[in-house]
Amino acid sequence: MSARILSDFIRALRASDVRVSTGEAIDAAGAMKLVGFEDRVLLRDTLGMVLAKSPDEKETHDHLFDLFFRRERGASQGEDAGDGAAEDAGAAGQAPDMRSLSEQGDEAAIAMAMERAGEEVGLSDIRFSTQVSFYAQKMLKSLGGDALQRELVTQLQAHTPEGEAEAEALMAARADMLARSREHVERNFEVFGSGTTEQFRDDYLSDKALDRVSRSDMVRMRALIARIAKRLATKHSRKRRKRNVGVLDVRRTLRANAGFDGVPFDVAWKQKVRDRPKIMAVCDVSGSVSQYVRFLLMLLYAFQEEISDISCYAFSGRLEDVSAQLESHDFEEVMDRIVKTIGMSSTDYGQALSDLKTEHFSQIDRRTTLIVLGDGRSNYGDGRLDIFREAAARAKRTIWLSPEQKPLWGTGDSLLLRYQPYCDVMTDVANLRDLERAVDDVLAAYA
Amino acid sequence: MGKNTSTAATGYEPLGTIEAVTDGLASVGYISTRQISTAVYLAHHLRKPVLIEGPAGVGKTDLAASLAGFLALPLVRMQCYEGLDEGKALYEWKYGKQLLYTQLLKEKLGEVMDGADSLSASYEKLGGFEDLFFSEDFLEPRPLLKAMRQETGSVLLIDEIDKSDEAFEAFLLEVLSDYQVTVPEIGTISAKVPPIVVLTSNNVRELGDALKRRCLHLHIGFPEAARERAIVAARVPEVDADLLAQLVDFVQGLRDQDIRKQPSISETVDWARTLVLMHADALGEDMVRDTLNVLLKHESDIEVVDKSLGKLVRASVQGGRMER
Repeated sequence: MSARILSDFIRALRASDVRVSTGEAIDAAGAMKLVGFEDRVLLRDTLGMVLAKSPDEKETHDHLFDLFFRRERGASQGEDAGDGAAEDAGAAGQAPDMRSLSEQGDEAAIAMAMERAGEEVGLSDIRFSTQVSFYAQKMLKSLGGDALQRELVTQLQAHTPEGEAEAEALMAARADMLARSREHVERNFEVFGSGTTEQFRDDYLSDKALDRVSRSDMVRMRALIARIAKRLATKHSRKRRKRNVGVLDVRRTLRANAGFDGVPFDVAWKQKVRDRPKIMAVCDVSGSVSQYVRFLLMLLYAFQEEISDISCYAFSGRLEDVSAQLESHDFEEVMDRIVKTIGMSSTDYGQALSDLKTEHFSQIDRRTTLIVLGDGRSNYGDGRLDIFREAAARAKRTIWLSPEQKPLWGTGDSLLLRYQPYCDVMTDVANLRDLERAVDDVLAAYA
Repeated sequence: MGKNTSTAATGYEPLGTIEAVTDGLASVGYISTRQISTAVYLAHHLRKPVLIEGPAGVGKTDLAASLAGFLALPLVRMQCYEGLDEGKALYEWKYGKQLLYTQLLKEKLGEVMDGADSLSASYEKLGGFEDLFFSEDFLEPRPLLKAMRQETGSVLLIDEIDKSDEAFEAFLLEVLSDYQVTVPEIGTISAKVPPIVVLTSNNVRELGDALKRRCLHLHIGFPEAARERAIVAARVPEVDADLLAQLVDFVQGLRDQDIRKQPSISETVDWARTLVLMHADALGEDMVRDTLNVLLKHESDIEVVDKSLGKLVRASVQGGRMER
């Protein structure tokens, strides 16, 4: 009994994105045996410590625990109280039918029948909220809906007042059980399925074109970006030191082999400490591109700790350093202000680049990755390719992210194809996934 | 679970029930919560390390120290840092002693070699001595090995595991899952009595899944007002009851402010001590302003709070009165 409950609970956890390994499941079984079932708070704390390994996971765990064991309690009560009833019914070789269940109103017996039907239709496989009706219907069938339907038809065909009354009662019982099934399915959906729905919505948003992300999705987007940042930070913080194969570290070798009288049995090699990434983002914030800038900067600033130095310049006409504002004030507020004030003049890449040269060129050194985000549409003005070439030569790498799809590059007033030769990478970013890939690539270059 | 029975004759008996853990910790001045006690209880009965996460200064390290104090067991502490390696965590050979003994034995070499005239004969004679230098006598135990060798069990505190390298984390896995360490020259040393292992982390970096899987995970956050009062009262017994209620209320209010580093319990305790030294019996705006640097460690935080200080203090003085 407890083994099944636990394995169901762990399935529910996994469905909500809490990673539970087999080893942890075994630990949980041991812990459960130790603390018992009686004290729910104790059981919740215990399972929380064994199964959930971060504050986020703990929150999910506690929420699910409450949902799950509220449901479970109904079932086990049903089993205790229902024993007598089940035996009665067992004599007839049949579970009590829907009508008597509904009319007697024996909650325990109903809960038990619901659990049984739920198991029969595989309710724990439910994944999406749209499946609720489907599963409710299936449950109704499993509870004996077909038999009731036949009975109903027979009674109606009798065309007698008694038959009518009987049919009324049957229909009421059916409606009642359907409502109860629905409720039962919904509760199960919350336990087993809602995590998947969330996952689905996240996936959907990750693939959505960035300029179509609406304000209402902003909160979710923020959470997604924070998660991406965490993922990238973990990935790239792994190796701060790199083994520099072939160069002997004399000091460490001598120290390690003092025990062998200085005869070098264990050899230590010199290690190279990796540079922390230094990023300079130059962003076109004119109307058509501003939404992309917002998400790129959001991502960059989300893992500021990983990047030693990040500076950010916004332009449409004149270039302006906005790093200080972004660091000290509320991100959204500053972004809105930047778009409103800086983004209003007509786009001029040449002017922006010459501003970069006169005021901020000293910032670019061999550790800097220069990221340009823009569509390269400079209203037929001079693109100042010479300055861009010079900047690219100073920087470690130059990456151009274009919100426009590749076939559009170089059409009309777009200068992208002329900037391209000086960039290490020029790529289009349409959605969050692309953005993640681009930033991943930037960080990987510091390996 | 069968392994548990073997620990009957150790120093862990006082951990029989969760209530006993709470009472025991209270007897050495550590005010526990139900969750913390449960974690300790489980750690002993499931033989699992506890990984404690939470903001700095909420009593993560203190839990291990108090536990050792209450069980009257040795506390073996290992502070982690970047670059920590086996040699500093597990064992090292006593190079000096080995060298010294070699020098001393040189004199005796003639006697030992007496009668061995061929090379192979002397090699065989020497063979009998070679293990001498790589025996436990020449082993310098570092924290992990020390904890393994305690006769009656111990509390092993691995502090700030997030500061260590990933390689070291992987190395810990053997220690944490089997309570044994391997010294190539001697063999595998198993713990006589497995220590209770407490790891703490401030989340400087995300810990590996493998490590997390092997541990019980306990998150200690900032305490509720009642518990914070109990902690301060236990640590600073001379504090006046009115003042205690007010100062805790003030600190709790401070944590809701928009500041970079929220004051933690250790800061509350320090502040209570400061106020006691100043012979305060109630909070006053000027006094709070003068001592604010005990609670807040960033200049910008002090500036933020300074603006609304009067209001906060008045609210606490009133709130403290209501608590009483």
